[in-house]
Amino acid sequence: MARVLSFTIVLGTAVTVILFWRRVWWFPPNISTQGAGVDREFGLTLLVTGILFVAAQLILAYCIGRGRKSGRAAYNTGNLRMEVARAVLAAATFIGLALSSYRTWARMYFIGAPRNALRIQVEAEQFAYWFRYPGPDGVFGPMHLRLVNDATGNYFGLDPTRDPASRDDIVTATLGIPENRPIELLLMSRDVIHSFYVPQLRIQQDIVPGMVIPIHFTATRTGDYEIVCTQLCGLGHYAMRAPLKVMKEPNFKKWLAKQAAEQ
Amino acid sequence: MTPTHSQAIPRKAARGFLRKYVFSTDHQIIGKQYYFLALFSALVAMLLSWLMRVHLAWPRLAIPGLGELSAAGAPNGMMTPEYYLSLLTMHGTLMIFFVLTTAPQSGFGNCFLPAQIGADEMAFPRLNMLSFWLTFTSLGALLSSFWARGGPATSGWTAYPPLSGLGSITGPGEGWGQSLWIISIALFCVGSLLGALNFITTTLDLRARGMTLMRMPLTAWAWFVTAILMLLSFAVLLAACVLLMLDRAAGTSFFIPAGLIVSGQMIQGHQGGSPLLWEHLFWFFGHPEVYIAILPAMGLTSHLLSCFARKPVFGYRAMVWATIAIGFLGFLVWGHHMFVSGMNPYSAFAFSVLTVVIAVPSAVKTFNWLGTLWGGRLRLTTAMLFALGFVSIFVSGGLSGIFLAEPPVDVQLHATYFVVAHFHLVMGMAAMFGIFSGTYFWFPKMFGRMMNETLGKIHFILTFIGAYCVFMPMYFLGMAGNVRRYAQFVDPYLQPLMPLHRFITVAALGLGAAQMIFVFNLFGSLFGGEKAGENPWEATTLEWVAASAGKDLVVYRGAYEYAVPGKEKDYVMQNAPDASGSRAEKGARDGNAN
Amino acid sequence: MATQTKLSVLEETRGGDGDGGNWGEGSRGRFGWDPGAALPVGLTGIWIAMASITMFFAAFTSAMVVRAGLGADWTRVALPHILYLNTAILLASSLTLELSKHCLKAGRAGQFSGWLFATAGLGIAFLAGQLDAWRELAARGVYLARNPACSFFYLLTAAHGIHLAGGLLALFYLVARHRRIAEGAIGGTALKVTTLYWHFMDILWLYLFLMLILWV
Ligand code: HEM
Ligand SMILES: [Cu+2]
Ligand SMILES: [Cu+2]
Repeated sequence: MARVLSFTIVLGTAVTVILFWRRVWWFPPNISTQGAGVDREFGLTLLVTGILFVAAQLILAYCIGRGRKSGRAAYNTGNLRMEVARAVLAAATFIGLALSSYRTWARMYFIGAPRNALRIQVEAEQFAYWFRYPGPDGVFGPMHLRLVNDATGNYFGLDPTRDPASRDDIVTATLGIPENRPIELLLMSRDVIHSFYVPQLRIQQDIVPGMVIPIHFTATRTGDYEIVCTQLCGLGHYAMRAPLKVMKEPNFKKWLAKQAAEQ
Repeated sequence: MTPTHSQAIPRKAARGFLRKYVFSTDHQIIGKQYYFLALFSALVAMLLSWLMRVHLAWPRLAIPGLGELSAAGAPNGMMTPEYYLSLLTMHGTLMIFFVLTTAPQSGFGNCFLPAQIGADEMAFPRLNMLSFWLTFTSLGALLSSFWARGGPATSGWTAYPPLSGLGSITGPGEGWGQSLWIISIALFCVGSLLGALNFITTTLDLRARGMTLMRMPLTAWAWFVTAILMLLSFAVLLAACVLLMLDRAAGTSFFIPAGLIVSGQMIQGHQGGSPLLWEHLFWFFGHPEVYIAILPAMGLTSHLLSCFARKPVFGYRAMVWATIAIGFLGFLVWGHHMFVSGMNPYSAFAFSVLTVVIAVPSAVKTFNWLGTLWGGRLRLTTAMLFALGFVSIFVSGGLSGIFLAEPPVDVQLHATYFVVAHFHLVMGMAAMFGIFSGTYFWFPKMFGRMMNETLGKIHFILTFIGAYCVFMPMYFLGMAGNVRRYAQFVDPYLQPLMPLHRFITVAALGLGAAQMIFVFNLFGSLFGGEKAGENPWEATTLEWVAASAGKDLVVYRGAYEYAVPGKEKDYVMQNAPDASGSRAEKGARDGNAN
Repeated sequence: MATQTKLSVLEETRGGDGDGGNWGEGSRGRFGWDPGAALPVGLTGIWIAMASITMFFAAFTSAMVVRAGLGADWTRVALPHILYLNTAILLASSLTLELSKHCLKAGRAGQFSGWLFATAGLGIAFLAGQLDAWRELAARGVYLARNPACSFFYLLTAAHGIHLAGGLLALFYLVARHRRIAEGAIGGTALKVTTLYWHFMDILWLYLFLMLILWV
């Protein structure tokens, strides 16, 4: 049994290392400016924990498989100095890792969006997302709870007849954004907690009813992606998603104009 | 009155079957009752996980028999998304509360805490019985929701409002099913609180003469610290359940914000409550809860590695302090479950640093386990194999916690299968390994017979390989952005991952099948096992003291006196008096205590 | 708390047979406990129970502080004046319980019983007064779900009332056995445990009342 177990542990460790090394399954490519920080942080942590993982498993396998010795073990009840040294080393390593993630986190959450950011409202409901652009006036018209009506397409409860600011607002089912321009999303939910997750953007944020949660990012690569919900929101959770379209600036302008025309 | 441990009043002969085996106040019977309750829950929960896994891998497959089980949840055997979520909720709730909180702590703890510290009963035997029956009722309430209209709750074991707070308007299962879930958990809280009270008092007051705290076995330490965690954290969960129930039933607005529109309907009467408030209260309980699940298994692993490596625990004192540190820090890190919740990002960073600090005592424990093994004379019994497996699995699951403790990395991995892999390995599988090793180790004491070692070894190796095959691949799923709690994988970007999902499902079926060997071995040995001797493992702690030694135990030394130089045998029991009970001997013990 | 069981376990005293002496080497726990010494487990148990109850109310009150901080909908409620009277009654009941204990020690059996009865009576009066406070609020149209502040008012007073009722049952237990306790036959631990718990209910109420004055 000793041989079998230590062999299993070594084999499992080797397979794990190879799968990580060869990146058989991996993150989708990053398409945002802050994503590189996330990826770097992941890589650094993987390196450190990987070393600890391999070391621990191999020592364990060695202890098991070293074969039987006869006689008694040494009466060894510990070694305080060694234990303290290892605890301090572990603490320093782990805290170092946590602190090293500070910059990326600060960039995502401590500083607000730049002034020139394009602001878009996101409204989540069971089980869909809707997006609203403020239009040429740059102002979101007020929302009226009583007017919200999915059947008539008034997802945000707008009243263009009374509120001039609402008249040029554009509401879409696709999140279209220009490349290389800061985007600020204002996340809102109408019923339960949802979430906004785009793996390629390295962004995930819960959308909590009763709160407006701002997030910001800059997409760096055009293409079609998916926004998915990651917070259990009911029976349609698995299918709750919306398309994300990252476009060159001129294409984005054209796209938005087309959306406006279709309102 | 009830007998006390040092007065030689013979235990009143229990009258009648009911008094003896059902409404018993005997800690051993209650411990076994908890154990079998957990075993039953584990089998149900495992069955549910099979159904989930099969559905995830082959969503269009009609599962034979499922249609008969629930006509609404699985018409013609085809699982609906809401039924998947019901199974998910029941699986998680059963596993966390009724298996991992119940078997290692209330089960083994009741059986062996008094025995290990030299008491012959728990401090409050009748309270103990009440705790068990509350837990039993709680399980009944939970399982009854399978027959409730709309089925069991669908909001996961975390039950975030408003999904869980508005009734059936948010979905099937959120009516009666969710109410029963809350009632069940509240009952469970009360049962656990009373149990914890009993454990703590017993440990403080009923230790035998000479059983100083620093001579207690590490299992006893783990039960003690776990009981403290339960005492403080379940009180908070109970409070949270009361608030959630009031929001549902009385229209209050603790967690429910104003102005919600659910399925096109305005929700009237609620004001600006905060879902985040529930998250804070829940995780203030929830994080200590994961340590409640794992601490007893950690204690047991230390205990077994020492016993079967025939060596003292490496760094006994460090182990004790690490346990205490984990218990204390466990209350300060709940926010790491909420990095993306919309909580203040500055506090998120503070939680991050505290979280990696709590990894240090766990690392200390791992070092010391390896230190205990180093140079040992290993006896690879099944119990030992599971303890070794625990170390391997705990490392594989624990290290991924460092990723999740870094907020920007958690942003990417939160709510994906990376997390599912992490907690199943570090808490689920590791604690299961603890339960298995405890069973193989203590079975002779509990039932007077040995379990079959050959079957045990087969069970071990299949479980060990199976656990890795099921849960390691989930790390990769998570990195690829595979979201958890999905009833099906319909997004195009998830399609390339389906082969991996099928592999996991096949492995899960195999892992589950291997557990049948265990069940067979358990019940087979119960009736047909070889008769066990007094101390079959040549262990040192008091539960293995021969009954003939009488109840008046006196403890002379620490719990892990293996391979003591100059002794005839390679172990010295804690109660073995010492002819040379001199200062020199005492000095050796204090050195050992380091 | 499970009051029924608590009553029956109130008196359990376990541990040594009173020899408390020197057990040779290693008998003294490193944390200062005397392992095996005659400790009434009920007394330890009640301290532990109080820690848990403290946590339970800490959860409620911190939820209240957070909830109040959320803003707009937090409208304050004028507290019924009878609460001040109730507070005085509860404080007085702690005093009478202490007097009762004192008389027992001094061997004045009759006075011991008298003060014990008075304590139970004051306890009942307190609960009745709390109910009256509810009645007054209800008469003003302030119900549980009217606004979050009064939700917390009802929640905290009800939760405290239930815990206090547990203490009241323990007092009834003592009252029912007051003769035998006075004779010194039984109940030394039960009396200690109940006193401790009763004072705790008192302090808990003062804390809750302060929180209510400040936030509700
Ligand atoms: C037989 C082995 C097991 C298998 C195959 C298994 C499988 C699963 C699956 C498929 C999910 C759902 C993942 C999702 O949809 O997001 C899940 C969730 C979960 N499992 Fe297990 N599981 C096993 C054992 C355990 C154990 C031992 C525990 C004890 C901690 C556990 C605790 C949980 C919890 C807490 C959840 C999350 C429930 C939720 O999201 O609310 N599982 N498991
Ligand atoms: Cu969702
Ligand atoms: Cu946690």
